Amino acid sequence: MTEPTRSLPATPEHTVGHVVPVRVLARVWGALLVLTVVTVAVARVDLGSLNLDIAMLIATVKATLVVLYFMHLRYDRPILAVVFAAALLFVALFVSITLLDTHAYAHNLIPDYGPALPK
Amino acid sequence: MADTRTHAVAHHFDDAEQQREAGKLGMWIFLATEILLFGGLFCAYAVYRSNHPEVFIYAHRFLDPSLGALNTAVLICSSFTMALAVRAAQLGRRRQLVGLLGATIALAVCFLGVKGIEYERKWKEGLLWGARFHAKLAPAPPALPQTLPPVPPAEGEERSLIPPAATGPSGLARPGRAEVAEGAQGPPHDVQMFFAVYFMMTGLHGVHVIVGIVLLGWMMVRARRGEFGPEYATPVDLAGLYWHLVDLIWIFLFPLLYLIR
Repeated sequence: MTEPTRSLPATPEHTVGHVVPVRVLARVWGALLVLTVVTVAVARVDLGSLNLDIAMLIATVKATLVVLYFMHLRYDRPILAVVFAAALLFVALFVSITLLDTHAYAHNLIPDYGPALPK
Repeated sequence: MADTRTHAVAHHFDDAEQQREAGKLGMWIFLATEILLFGGLFCAYAVYRSNHPEVFIYAHRFLDPSLGALNTAVLICSSFTMALAVRAAQLGRRRQLVGLLGATIALAVCFLGVKGIEYERKWKEGLLWGARFHAKLAPAPPALPQTLPPVPPAEGEERSLIPPAATGPSGLARPGRAEVAEGAQGPPHDVQMFFAVYFMMTGLHGVHVIVGIVLLGWMMVRARRGEFGPEYATPVDLAGLYWHLVDLIWIFLFPLLYLIR
């Protein structure tokens, strides 16, 4: 997916923004379908905790392809990428800090500790 | 073929390009809020899964990964037709644009159809959220008798005055992992938590698909009227960005819900 994209000759009197070539879109489409097959196939193999990491890695690669080419972030002004990255950053902070917190409670730290459990 | 309607630049913009870029920026800011909205659900997923991994490993077997994979492929194809539609709009190919928007809508409806089949099965089997969960699973193994650890001796004011948390409404998971005797067979406790997460995440995503269908239908009507061309394709572009985000979220939902190990 890293081949130089030939920008189409846009009609000079009308600026339509960047038009993504069909070939690039088709390749991204194919890559997304292949990666879907890969992620299903990998999930059948037991790799322990690696399974989740690999699944997330593949999903991230797929998402990157969608964002860069289908959503043409690659050709757009960087400010749009900043907006997108900011959203991802805050979700990451949200999830990771909440996870830190949820693992800090007695019932997670002390085996069999559960004062609120109904008898 | 491209229509001759002139699209005036709103008076507060210098030119068409500035207007287009401003529209895109606004759309991306909206998409950022959408990511944060789903972020809350991904957070709930992460917390429940880290607290109750056995529930997720057990309950995901009730989902059909082949239907999930089919839906993933359907959405990816719809994203592809959408990207081609944006291109057709930019190049002023009206008939192609209408056809591609129609294909995208058809694939979106197909996605909802498969989702409907899945929901119907869950409904029939009682694999529902919270207190509505009434699936006939094998009886859960008895939890080990709770042996509370010795409370450390209170030293003056150091002892916490905060009472233990109240138990919530029925259907909530109990705090902490349910310790089950070694080798015990049967489902873990609180299987309903998985389905609460499943229905909430796929349901909110499904609502987005429905909104997307309405949006794309509107774009199709406007495209048929010949409103879009090289000088004005922003609405199609922005609807496309929304549609790709819906695809993006499903790309993460699929492995997280269907492919647990």
